[in-house]
Amino acid sequence: MDLGPHAGFIIGAYVVATAVVMALVIWVAADHVVQKRALADLERRGITRRSAEHRPLQVKEPA
Amino acid sequence: MALIDLANPTRFVALVERALPWLVAATFIAFAFGLYGAYWAPDDYQQGATVKIMFIHVPNAWLSMFVWGVMSAAALGTLVWRHPLADVAAKCAAPLGAAFTFLALVTGSLWGRPMWGTYWVWDARLTSVLVLFIMYLVLIALWRTVDDPSRAGRAAAVLTLVGAVNLPIIKFSVDWWNTLHQPASVFRMGGSTVDRSMLIPLAVMAVAFSLLFISLHLAAMRNEIMRRRVRVLMLTQAERA
Repeated sequence: MDLGPHAGFIIGAYVVATAVVMALVIWVAADHVVQKRALADLERRGITRRSAEHRPLQVKEPA
Repeated sequence: MALIDLANPTRFVALVERALPWLVAATFIAFAFGLYGAYWAPDDYQQGATVKIMFIHVPNAWLSMFVWGVMSAAALGTLVWRHPLADVAAKCAAPLGAAFTFLALVTGSLWGRPMWGTYWVWDARLTSVLVLFIMYLVLIALWRTVDDPSRAGRAAAVLTLVGAVNLPIIKFSVDWWNTLHQPASVFRMGGSTVDRSMLIPLAVMAVAFSLLFISLHLAAMRNEIMRRRVRVLMLTQAERA
């Protein structure tokens, strides 16, 4: 495909758009990992939400 | 599921977890079709191949205003109905809106240089979009400055509704003032002036970018709900200590 004399502007526009979209995707995905880790860390230390604290224990009935 | 059920953050997160893989797949498919159509679209009889910039510039310009519209609806949700997810939605939309506005400005500038002979001109359309970009940055700064999310949410909601005045100014700037930017050519009285061979890939790219926004917005909202849970748990722990 011949992009003509202004190929640099066209390619530049698509490169910038790809870079910004990739940056957004990476930012959101990385933030998810950070928050998930933080919640798991708190849970491991026994710090849970009240709703989780009052959840009834699942006790298996003896056979 | 009733709409009111979404007010529960736990149910909302569960819904996002279910919907996100489908949305991501739909986004990829839409971009594949859109980019294929953009690649094979004919050159414009006046602008030549530079018209290919339109397929990313126009969807980002639309989204820059649409996202502020979403934030304005969320602002009403915060101030009027006090919906628990409204300020989460507004906060998470702001960086995405800023990114789309940035892309609209940069790609427009890269299109303007070969067509107008300049990267930038202080005409009404370009200036009003630059003001929109600055307003996004101000909102992001406000969210980061105020520590309490509910206080920040109310202040940001007021600012968002005030900033919504800029949306009709952007839309009609090309009609009200003499600008270098071309007038509306897709959504106008009398129908679109863009040929079908370019209009169809443009519409597909607009759908693709919209799906990208929805996917990223829902994922960012899920992250924000988790962040607030972490914050509350850490405050609770500090109180107990």
